[in-house]
Amino acid sequence: MAEFRTCPETGFKIDLQADKLIKWNAVTSVVFLLVGGLFGLLVALTRWPEIHLLPAELYYLVLTGHGLDILLVWIIFFEMALLYFTSAILLNARLVAPMLGWIQYWLMLVGAAATNVAVLQGNSSVMFTSYVPLQAEPLFYAGIIVFAVGALIGCGVFFATLVTAQREKTFEGSMPLVTFGAMVAAIIAVFTIATGAAILLPTLLWSLGLIPYIDSLLYKVVWWAMGHSSQQINVAAHIACWYAIGGILFGAKPLSEKVSRMAFFMYILFLQLASAHHLLVEPGISSEYKIFNTSYALYIAVLGSMIHGLTVPGSIEAAQRKKGFNKGLFEWLRKCPWGNPVFSGMFISLVSFGFLGGISGVVLGTEQLNLIMHNTMYVPGHFHATVGAGTTLAFMALAYWVVPVLYQKELWGAGMAKWSPYLFGLGISLIAVFQMGAGTLGAPRRHWDMTLSEAAIGFDLPPAAFLMMGLNGVAALIAGLGGAIFILNMVGTILLGAPKAAPAVAPAAPAASGAAVSGSAEGVTVPGTFFLAIIFLVTFILYYFVNWKFLASVWPLS
Amino acid sequence: MAITPPDERVWWNEPVEKTEVLWVTIALIWALVMFFMMPYWHFAGEQNLSNEAYKGTIDAYVEKVEAAAEKYTVREEGSTGIPVVRPPVGGDAYMIGRQFEWWPVLELKAGETYRLHLSSADVMHGWSLLPENINIQVHPEYEMIIKITPTKAGTYGVLCNEYCGLGHHVMTGRIYVTE
Repeated sequence: MAEFRTCPETGFKIDLQADKLIKWNAVTSVVFLLVGGLFGLLVALTRWPEIHLLPAELYYLVLTGHGLDILLVWIIFFEMALLYFTSAILLNARLVAPMLGWIQYWLMLVGAAATNVAVLQGNSSVMFTSYVPLQAEPLFYAGIIVFAVGALIGCGVFFATLVTAQREKTFEGSMPLVTFGAMVAAIIAVFTIATGAAILLPTLLWSLGLIPYIDSLLYKVVWWAMGHSSQQINVAAHIACWYAIGGILFGAKPLSEKVSRMAFFMYILFLQLASAHHLLVEPGISSEYKIFNTSYALYIAVLGSMIHGLTVPGSIEAAQRKKGFNKGLFEWLRKCPWGNPVFSGMFISLVSFGFLGGISGVVLGTEQLNLIMHNTMYVPGHFHATVGAGTTLAFMALAYWVVPVLYQKELWGAGMAKWSPYLFGLGISLIAVFQMGAGTLGAPRRHWDMTLSEAAIGFDLPPAAFLMMGLNGVAALIAGLGGAIFILNMVGTILLGAPKAAPAVAPAAPAASGAAVSGSAEGVTVPGTFFLAIIFLVTFILYYFVNWKFLASVWPLS
Repeated sequence: MAITPPDERVWWNEPVEKTEVLWVTIALIWALVMFFMMPYWHFAGEQNLSNEAYKGTIDAYVEKVEAAAEKYTVREEGSTGIPVVRPPVGGDAYMIGRQFEWWPVLELKAGETYRLHLSSADVMHGWSLLPENINIQVHPEYEMIIKITPTKAGTYGVLCNEYCGLGHHVMTGRIYVTE
């Protein structure tokens, strides 16, 4: 029989097993964020031309570790915590089969550790993507597979908890939007992991010598159906975080449940096609395939993201206006709690993800434009904006709320916590900008020596590209400082945090509903958000066509 | 709230707020514009990647590159021992990527269109032509043929931008374009 406690702050009924699993997954994720973050710092310091810290072999090793620990381990551990939170806690339900939850945890931990060991042993510097016929040690692939099986079990526990909560009527009507978003993430995760198994199992057998050969193009097509889709899990998960934070801090209601849920639903239908983003300059794949898939079928998934981009801040604006912050276009925004890392982290995540990650992603994923960017530093620039500024910062923001609440402790080091989202957000956004800049100038990614001094035939990359990579190093230090503060805050809160005082007032009850005049946000218009959205659109259009102009200036090819 | 079930049980019948309808409409139009840009460029633009590719063996491709090099070599690249190959104007040019070089050096004529063949002898490589910044993925056993027209005389670098092993950063090549 499941045991519960009642959260004094939120009034949620908390299943003790879920509570424990969320904490363990979240804490483990932060440990891997630390490891992966340190790897990242070493990478940035090596690519800083004046410092050039690590020797080549070590650089490629550390770069492989950075990709794995951040893109997979940190993020998926945190997502497991998020799945348990959005199901058991938000639905006031018991977590089904907590035993399986623990199997999820240990499999993922063992898998992540195994892959890290394989990487650190030095014979598996094949990068996160491990393109065949480059070959890693069998332990490298085996670790990822065990990790993925763990994640799959976690998704199963999540789905079972949803179904049981519905059957046991622990909530009224439809599940909350945030849980819906998490469910979308979990559905994409199942697809992603199945695809991963389809390619990594044969690759493991191949590394053991049991299969003679794997076609490199086939590998790439299938691998990216996992590799890119796994980043779509993040998109769905961190957008769910944005909505959650809007709800937690402002009592914000979606402008319209229908539209927000449709936007999530589009992700399930179309985001998987993004595998094609990585195949735009490959031999043997037709233009028709590339165009249809890279655009997620007419950009319907991008439309989904643009909708969230309006409705997340829009729901906050509506909530703020209802509280009386009605002056002008932006009083609602000025009166937001900018000193609260939960809010500032979420908002910076939203802006950077949209302006930097979203726009660059679409440009990079345009069939012909990819020609002038593929595999340059532009690519890591893009995903530092999406996974770094978008996902990681959103998760940090939510952690600033979840960790003190679940541990029932005051946030330790609240003074410096204020700075963390600004430092990390600014640093990681600048990383994205400088890397994109360097890529536009031709700097190659995953490359130890852009002076090419040891090559038989030299080439001089423009000095501006070197400058960009130096600035990238500075930005990495800023981001690293913000990340270090976050980790100190988390560890400090858990180990040293003062017990939380009982809240003076009863937990904020959901705003009285009344009859909806127009949509869930009750007809409050959101001119400020709309204005920001138009600025976004204009930026998007200008940048998009500037790149077509760049493209038109290079050698004709057909 | 977004973290609680919708207030209205029948939320799917609620009318959608006007700002949102307007934004969805604008975004949809923009999505369609971006989609149609790609097929449009296939007709109106000059930079489109070829769909011509063949699957074969590594050995067969190496043989072709070497045969072409033997026939059309004009000189050596400095003291590197790497041949500089001047393919027939408007004809087939061959380059191969292998750990860790792009081979051979090519000499092309500006304004002429060549059929450039690319493939790899071992693992995946990234053919990155600088400063043009044209980037093409090169796979072993896949021979890709691109019609390419150099526009301006000069010395162009070819880098590898797909990680291909511990010597990735020494993998380079060169293309000369003459008037």
